[in-house]
Amino acid sequence: MGASLMVAKLAVRDAGKRYGDLEALKGCSFDVADKTIVSIVGPSGCGKTTLLWSMSGLHSLTSGEVDLDDQPITGPRPEIGLVFQEANLLPWRNLMDNILFPFEVKGQKPDMGWITHLMDRVGLTGFEKRMPRELSGGMQQRGSIVRALSLRPQVLLMDEPFGALDAFTREEMNRLVEEIWLETRTTIVFITHSIEEAIFLSDRVIVLTKRPGRVHADYAVNLPRPRSLEAMASREVFDLMNRIKADIYGMSATLPKAAE
Amino acid sequence: MTDAIPEFKRGEATQVGITGAALASGMGATTRKETAIILAVAVIVIGGLEAVLWWYDVPQYILPRPSLIAAALIKEFPLILPHLGYTMVSLLSGFTIGALTGMVLAAVVTQYPLVEKVITPYILVLVTTPMLALVPLLILRFGFGYTPRIIAVALAVGPMVMINAATGFRRTDSAKIALARSYGATTLQIFWKIRAPMALPMILVGLMIGAIFGLLTTVGAEMVGGGFGLGNRLTTYSSMINMPEFFAVILLLSVIGILIYVIFFLIGKKWAGWET
Repeated sequence: MGASLMVAKLAVRDAGKRYGDLEALKGCSFDVADKTIVSIVGPSGCGKTTLLWSMSGLHSLTSGEVDLDDQPITGPRPEIGLVFQEANLLPWRNLMDNILFPFEVKGQKPDMGWITHLMDRVGLTGFEKRMPRELSGGMQQRGSIVRALSLRPQVLLMDEPFGALDAFTREEMNRLVEEIWLETRTTIVFITHSIEEAIFLSDRVIVLTKRPGRVHADYAVNLPRPRSLEAMASREVFDLMNRIKADIYGMSATLPKAAE
Repeated sequence: MTDAIPEFKRGEATQVGITGAALASGMGATTRKETAIILAVAVIVIGGLEAVLWWYDVPQYILPRPSLIAAALIKEFPLILPHLGYTMVSLLSGFTIGALTGMVLAAVVTQYPLVEKVITPYILVLVTTPMLALVPLLILRFGFGYTPRIIAVALAVGPMVMINAATGFRRTDSAKIALARSYGATTLQIFWKIRAPMALPMILVGLMIGAIFGLLTTVGAEMVGGGFGLGNRLTTYSSMINMPEFFAVILLLSVIGILIYVIFFLIGKKWAGWET
């Protein structure tokens, strides 16, 4: 696909992270081309979340760096939006007040036209005054996507956003992310436990090794968008899924029994 | 950049849920039929008490009949009213001082875990020791006016508010703080927009328990010394064996207690309703 010929929006360079004795990441390097979706998969506890939080500027790395447009990230950046595990809406605010929260913090006037469009896009029109507890898990996560996109970020980092949702809602959400990407072409880095989700969404799937995490394999997914059910059921996707599964299982087999 | 490993635990939601439920118990929506039953039971209880006391001719100094208490309340009300005012002055002043101090201390102390560990035992001592015990000493030092009462009430309220508010402020949800920080929120913004609203349900519980403890301490302090306040009326009326008047004052104290409960219940429903 020639991702290397494209402009690197994000570049992870020799990233290392250690929490005391625990080495979460070591020598992790890869590029994320502009306007692409890259998924990161790997065995549990391989430092995926650590990696994403470092990319968001919320965590510092012990060694190496993450560059955004060739500039090292040293703290939270307005160009980068974050979608968290679970929706992470503030339960004491209604949906619209949650979506306006970033503007409130930044002291910016919200772009209501864009927000209304996004709300409509994700099917939340009419739910603006609802409290988070009155919304389903899928609706909450859609709200958090609107919140992240409301500031028109150039990069969207998504940390296992749909892990808590049921399978059908999850597929629906995957389609929604693809639709949004087709419209906005926001560069997306997506962390997931689901290989199928990773393949469906991504232009590239990066497999991390077990701790300390670094890049084990890097697969291009060359399927036309929007991705159809047929394409997802193709031999090509099936083979890729099995190769990634073999990668991850291979790593797990080397784990001592006690760590299972 | 700070460096905590992100956790996505749901705080101490269950624990607060219980206190929240305690706040809400018996205050749910009632239908007209339920209201009728509640009123009927009240009439039967009070009427029954009246009838039993009258039938067995129970002496007034043991328990006066409800009708006598009501009559005494109406007759004596102009005389009792100023004392109600004095009691409220002591209670509200002491409560305000104690509650503000408790909340500020909790907010500050929870930012510094070491400081919190060092001072918590002292706060616990203050919570568990009845501040009423200090009143004779305070009277020796400050005389029979408002001062010893207000100090005692503040000492009863403050630690109670502080210990609950601190629990609230400690419920840090790192994902929510990370969310605010990802938008470049300052420490102050994180405090007002994340920590304070998260702590609010626990702060309200602390304020309510504190207010009840404050009422207790106010009346106790008034009974110990000084010539004014509802507590003083209680000792005066009982020494004169004016039991209907004595119970009328107790009735007023119950009303204050219930009002405290209702006020905090309503505040909680409005500002901390998201928790339940």
